Amino acid sequence: MAKQYETVIGLEVHVELAAKTKIFCSCSTAFGGVPNTHTCPVCTGMPGSLPVLNKQVVEYAMAVGLATNCSIHQYSKFDRKNYFYPDNPQNYQISQLYLPICYEGGVEIETAAGKKTIGIHEIHMEEDAGKLIHDEWEDCTLVDYNRSGVPLIEIVSEPDMRSAEEVIAYLDKLGLIIRYLGASDCKLQEGSMRADVNLSVREAGTEKLGTRTEMKNLNSFKAITHAIEGERIRQIELLEEGKAVIQETRRWDDNKEYSYAMRSKEDAQDYRYFPDPDLVPIIISDEWIQQIRDRQPELRTEKLVRYRKEFDIPEYDAQIITESKKLADLFEEATAICKKPKKVSNWIMGETLRLLKERGMEPEEIKVSAGNLAKLIELTEAGTINGSVAKTVFEIMFQENMDPEQYAEEKGLKTVHDEGALRTTIEAVLAENPQSAADYKGGKEKALGFLVGQTMKAMKGKANPGAVNQMLKELLQ
Amino acid sequence: MKKSILDLTAVELGRKIKEKEITVREAVEASLAQIEKMEASFHCYVTVGKEAALKRADEVQKQIDAGVLTGPLAGVPVAIKDNMCTKNMLTTCSSRILYNFRPTYTAEAVENLERAGAVVLGKTNMDEFAMGSTTETSAFGETKNPWNTEHVPGGSSGGSCAAVAAEECFFALGSDTGGSIRQPSSFCGVTGIKPTYGTVSRYGLIAYGSSLDQIGPVAKDVTDCAAVLETIASYDKKDSTSIERKDTDFTSALTDDVKGMKIGIPKDYFGEGLDLEVKKAVLAAADVLKEKGAVVEEFDLKLVEYAIPAYYVIASAEASSNLSRFDGIKYGYRTKEYDGLHGLYKKSRSEGFGPEVKRRIMLGSFVLSSGYYDAYYLKALRTKALIKQEFDKAFEKYDVILGPAAPTTAPKLGASLSDPLKMYLGDIYTISVNLAGLPGMSVPCGQDSRGLPIGLQLIGDCFQEKKLIRAGFAYEQARGPWKAPAMAGASGCGDSFDSRKEEPASIQTAGEEN
Repeated sequence: MAKQYETVIGLEVHVELAAKTKIFCSCSTAFGGVPNTHTCPVCTGMPGSLPVLNKQVVEYAMAVGLATNCSIHQYSKFDRKNYFYPDNPQNYQISQLYLPICYEGGVEIETAAGKKTIGIHEIHMEEDAGKLIHDEWEDCTLVDYNRSGVPLIEIVSEPDMRSAEEVIAYLDKLGLIIRYLGASDCKLQEGSMRADVNLSVREAGTEKLGTRTEMKNLNSFKAITHAIEGERIRQIELLEEGKAVIQETRRWDDNKEYSYAMRSKEDAQDYRYFPDPDLVPIIISDEWIQQIRDRQPELRTEKLVRYRKEFDIPEYDAQIITESKKLADLFEEATAICKKPKKVSNWIMGETLRLLKERGMEPEEIKVSAGNLAKLIELTEAGTINGSVAKTVFEIMFQENMDPEQYAEEKGLKTVHDEGALRTTIEAVLAENPQSAADYKGGKEKALGFLVGQTMKAMKGKANPGAVNQMLKELLQ
Repeated sequence: MKKSILDLTAVELGRKIKEKEITVREAVEASLAQIEKMEASFHCYVTVGKEAALKRADEVQKQIDAGVLTGPLAGVPVAIKDNMCTKNMLTTCSSRILYNFRPTYTAEAVENLERAGAVVLGKTNMDEFAMGSTTETSAFGETKNPWNTEHVPGGSSGGSCAAVAAEECFFALGSDTGGSIRQPSSFCGVTGIKPTYGTVSRYGLIAYGSSLDQIGPVAKDVTDCAAVLETIASYDKKDSTSIERKDTDFTSALTDDVKGMKIGIPKDYFGEGLDLEVKKAVLAAADVLKEKGAVVEEFDLKLVEYAIPAYYVIASAEASSNLSRFDGIKYGYRTKEYDGLHGLYKKSRSEGFGPEVKRRIMLGSFVLSSGYYDAYYLKALRTKALIKQEFDKAFEKYDVILGPAAPTTAPKLGASLSDPLKMYLGDIYTISVNLAGLPGMSVPCGQDSRGLPIGLQLIGDCFQEKKLIRAGFAYEQARGPWKAPAMAGASGCGDSFDSRKEEPASIQTAGEEN
């Protein structure tokens, strides 16, 4: 290939908001549920029913907009997108076309190539559709409207991305921001974040955008990466063969790792958008915007800057901890109590992450409180319990979040500081292991470790290993 | 001669029930007997819930006796236009596509009536989905005008207005999108109010043109209308377009005092196309108010001729989307045989909707389609805003605007459908009121030489229903009692009318349009 091509990518990202109730009625948004039980006349489109906007949805949308540097339309409207499909009980979706709530923002991403800003064209609010379930046995299709009316925002980027790596970085960044805001858990696999990829290629150095395709059904970073790579090659091959790229929607098949055309622009529907007369315009005052701004949590970028200034912990630790608001909160709160950032960071980076990984859990599921973690650190530092006991206690705290001091007390795990008892035990250990004692005296340093181990065992783990070490050396001299 | 129960107004009946002169059951039975007697001639109802009404009558009586229900409408039988949802009672919009639809909930306006102790008799006939001006587009057969059964009752609330005129109920609810309460009230010689947009909740009203639809009372006189409106007006959180009002004590405006009231007569409402007899009767009514101390003068109301095209663009656009949910999938009519999902949609809708509804769905889809949206829909919205401005200007000078409700009295059956454009033009005096969101009222003000009623229309500024009620009441006092039609030729019919349990073979289905 003589020609060099540039890939141009824009994303439409749907995010399911964490609101407890639906966007236009008070039905629950809880996942699962017996089909058609989280429904009412409004979200099943019964004749005569009317939508009423959920304020929480507006606030989440504003929060995401502000956190992604968007402007807020202080006069915003809902429009109807008309199309017939049974998952949509009214045969129109209430969305925003003409005056979306947020516009003209952007987020900074960082890839191996450096930093770059990805523009956000707009963010609009809309309702999710129901779910069609095909019953193979009865050969019929059933509809579950539990999802119908679940609130979504759609974040439409500018065509600013040039590679799968940038796309992943952008999605990561959006997910991180939105999770920090508590506006969504943004899980691609579970569908609470969905990305449609608009992609075109053009000869390097040219200005004009090529014809784009839109790819849907991308449920993982892997699928997104593969789909982008596959589509880029497909389009370049078409151009190289002198053929044209057709503007169309393509569906990604994750099993076959191939996308196929769903519909072309020619049979694209005319959605006949118009302002929904059942809903009044959303008027957003300066005060309301300020309220949302004041409520915004410190986001990761600002947090990192502050961590570097305030806490003496490694940059790597700070990066990892701030990837999750839950971890960052745990770190900050525990540090505020025990004043030992490094120790807290060690517990998070070590045991906490290990347990999360081992158990396939999300940080949000951590039960241990900052107070108890701080207490555990203080207990260890004071020598009340030793390091290995602390790890055991933490593992249980991780699950049950109990008071570590009380627990250690009840289970008799506190370190024994009785020097006489220790001396008696060590003398017994030395008597039982004359060979090891001789080996140590003969210069085999390793033998000491074995003796320490034996002593700890005899003390049921409750001795202070430092003290054991010291007394052993003393007695072996 | 002792006045028969049926001759009473709603408020009079309510008072007699309260005073234990009449029981609720007696009132309901009187209405049901009148329905049985008259329905074969007039066909005001799509569904009559006889058993439910009698059962309800006894419940209401108990609550009245227990002192729980004390309002003016407690125990009074009412008819509901068939586009308002009534839980478990058929709600068809007079359309084949909803021939078997039983809602799971009751419309807020109806709930308000039920809370006040009114007893629902049944559901009244209408133009299919409220699209029409004669009640002839109903899939279940036309309603006839009780004053002369060769004539239409008007529409789209023709069933409600005819039922009140024929004394088949004591009052009724109608809905008005472009004149659908005021015009049939005029044709049937009854009184109807279209309230300010947002005054009565639309929750449970099956939408035609959402930004224009408004529920209102149809009754025998202004007093009844005021009492009913007072009952059904409410701020409803379930309707985003509902308005919280503190001034809904409409009966306080029944004062028979119009001294100093400024009444404007738009010259543009009295030009070409207005029947001379109608003109004479309406101007005579204006003179009556003048004699009672009102200041009456003529003025120019501009843009009248733009109201009809703007209305048909906006209402049809909204309707095309509102009616898309009727698709044969979830409820209502589904075609027997079909090929695939799109076949199911197309055939169910082709067979389920009548020609007028299809015409407006197509018109609405067209004006919203890409490339035409700006030229039609947006332009119509701008026109709507300009019309509102014209009214704003007029209401700087006048308390009330007075004119005819319709250019003619009720036309003959079958005379309108052949020429839809002509039918649309009949809405000229009522439509701009909906576009501007204003309240309007029709009060009987005479009869033409054939004995058909003529309606006087009073239009007020937003939230000024009380001025309409004051003017209407004062006029009514001077006019004197309004008699019910003679209703000659009515024949009995003793069957139950809950006729839509199964799809009747005799449903008048529209011809296919391609």
